[in-house]
Amino acid sequence: MNPGSPPKKNNWSWRSQAFRGVVYQIVAIAAITGVVWFLAHNTLVNMRIRGIQSGFDFLAQSAGFDIGESLYPFDSEESYWHAFLIGITNTLRVAVIGIILATILGTLLGVGRFSRNALVRGLCLTYVELFRNIPVLLQLLLWYVVLTEVLPASSEAWQIGHFFLSKGGLNYPIPVWATGQLWAAFGIVGSFVLIWIYRRWARLQFEATGQPRSGFWVPLLILIACSLIGWALGGAPTELNYPVRGEFSIENGGALTPEFLAVLLGLTLYTASFIAEVVRGGIASVARGQGEAASALGLNRNQEMRLVMLPQALRVIIPPLTNQYLNLTKNSSLAVAIGYPDVVSIANTALNQTGRAVECISIVMLVYLVTSLGTSLLMNWYNSRAAIKER
Amino acid sequence: MRISNLKTLAVVAAALGTLVTLPAHAGKTLDGIKAKGQVTCGVNTGLAGFGAADSAGKWTGLDVDICRAIAAATLGDAEKVKYVPLNAQQRFTALQSGEVDVLSRNTTFTLTRDASLGSTSTVTTYYDGQGFMVPVKSKIKSAKQLKGQTVCVQSGTTTEKNLTDYSKANKLNIKPVVYEQLEAAENAYFTGRCIAYTTDASGLASTRNKKAANPADHVILPELISKEPLGPMVRRGDDEWFAIVKWTIYGLIEAEEYGITQANVDSLKATSVDPVVKRILGTSEDTGKLLGLSKDWMANAIKATGNYGEIFERNVGPKSPLGLPRGVNNQWNKGGLMYAYPVR
Repeated sequence: MNPGSPPKKNNWSWRSQAFRGVVYQIVAIAAITGVVWFLAHNTLVNMRIRGIQSGFDFLAQSAGFDIGESLYPFDSEESYWHAFLIGITNTLRVAVIGIILATILGTLLGVGRFSRNALVRGLCLTYVELFRNIPVLLQLLLWYVVLTEVLPASSEAWQIGHFFLSKGGLNYPIPVWATGQLWAAFGIVGSFVLIWIYRRWARLQFEATGQPRSGFWVPLLILIACSLIGWALGGAPTELNYPVRGEFSIENGGALTPEFLAVLLGLTLYTASFIAEVVRGGIASVARGQGEAASALGLNRNQEMRLVMLPQALRVIIPPLTNQYLNLTKNSSLAVAIGYPDVVSIANTALNQTGRAVECISIVMLVYLVTSLGTSLLMNWYNSRAAIKER
Repeated sequence: MRISNLKTLAVVAAALGTLVTLPAHAGKTLDGIKAKGQVTCGVNTGLAGFGAADSAGKWTGLDVDICRAIAAATLGDAEKVKYVPLNAQQRFTALQSGEVDVLSRNTTFTLTRDASLGSTSTVTTYYDGQGFMVPVKSKIKSAKQLKGQTVCVQSGTTTEKNLTDYSKANKLNIKPVVYEQLEAAENAYFTGRCIAYTTDASGLASTRNKKAANPADHVILPELISKEPLGPMVRRGDDEWFAIVKWTIYGLIEAEEYGITQANVDSLKATSVDPVVKRILGTSEDTGKLLGLSKDWMANAIKATGNYGEIFERNVGPKSPLGLPRGVNNQWNKGGLMYAYPVR
């Protein structure tokens, strides 16, 4: 301690900043606990007085309602708990596919804003301004109307090969499960190992000779070759389950409902416009000199973007990109307006069959909270990997 | 649609808010109504014949007339009603939270709703059953032909579960497409997203007549797959208010039985010697006093809306646009189920 420093203050005095801090924190926590307790207690008391049943016991009861579409079969005799799981998987299905598609489209649009071609630049700008300025609910309704109003009835579905498009949605052939598919899956797993080995080798070669090797086409070739070999080893099954015209609708095969397509299309196109802006901002944040330096080193335009600009832009892009992912997931709750059985829709039905409003809304809140926190954690981890390494 | 979503949230939020802020006793609904000077009535968002607002914002329909009769009985003026349009899943929360005094919104009485939602069934005002509507050109003649088909349905209704029960019992594997809004479900059916639309038969008739481009293009299948006794519900725990709603409806039904109409109520009040009529109209015993109402409570109600038969004929009967037959909704002594307990 320096001889000139003031004497240490009494820790238990009101004058001590540390002591005041502790007191304020205790008061704040007590106030929050008090409010929460008051709300919970009063709710329970009033619900009891009005004869409103409460509790989560209903989750184990038989649901008694059917769900129009689900990733795996659901029977109405299964429990509410299962019904909620179907709703959650439906939400996640549209969110995950939407995030992937929106990221690809958004990145292309964002990069397109820097194109040397004025038409491409203009089109990307128009897209962004158009889609991000129209409320997403309107876009969902628009796509749904387009899909259900404009398309022909199921009995007169448009047919391209074995694909059918109609008011009933998109019907497509699916392979009949056989050992060949299993072998192909093994092939894909095996190809990951080979790709990893190839990339190591390519890197060593590059460092030794300066000769760049393809980091995309060769791995893709390995992937396709391995899965094909696996498929051939498994007896090369070619049997497909083709959709066929039934009396009133398309039967058999795989199907995507117009509800799913409308939600996916609406969310993807809407979010892509925001992601495009995030990507554009990220690229714009990289100093101009970096691009010029890349050109000076002899990298072409494509390499400049891929190897110099985007990796640096990524640091700026990831945090706002996380926000867009969260938005997309949360916006998927609007799907209830067009009849897609997401978790909100299932909760609505459960709420009405059982009357457990507080419980059902809590479940929906919890689902979105967990999904959002999970997405954030994943993106934070990715962010820390992409962050600049100070050496 | 967005407004309505917000409304759902608002209703739920209001419900949670009220649940936590109300003092811990059941309020006297009638006192509240007299203080406000109006009855707040939860009605359908737009089901012609039962509860729908016209272009001038005037509400009409069978359910709406029940609200008007209750207002006339309690406040002496059928116009003193505030209508709160509610969709299927908002309705019970709105009733629980006290946002509405009475829920008159073609609501089916069930055990679950009576015993666990904080609401109580009063008197059936329309005996109904769930049916299916299909386009004529589909050539479907029976609900049994709906095997593996998509059927549009509104969420938050008994309909959803009945559909599943029926599908299961007959091994039909029907795929429901569930919409939050009545209008969305109807539109999805009319655009051809679903091969059939299902709800109560009266609702099907209303949708077909009011919303189809050409009503003759749609046919209601003969099967009725459930029992749907529809009527107003009130909040649990206020027996006085429950009695008022219950006996207003019984009064309307009994008025028909004894020939009291909107047209003759005044002259009967002055001249009738029939003890039952005199009792209903409050010219002999004072039944109103027992309910906490004025002596001429029932006369006011009949003057405002007419008796039950008149309400039925005006809104949904054979001569109305809906053209529903009186059927089981006729008086008990004419082969129907309408049997009023005696107002005495």
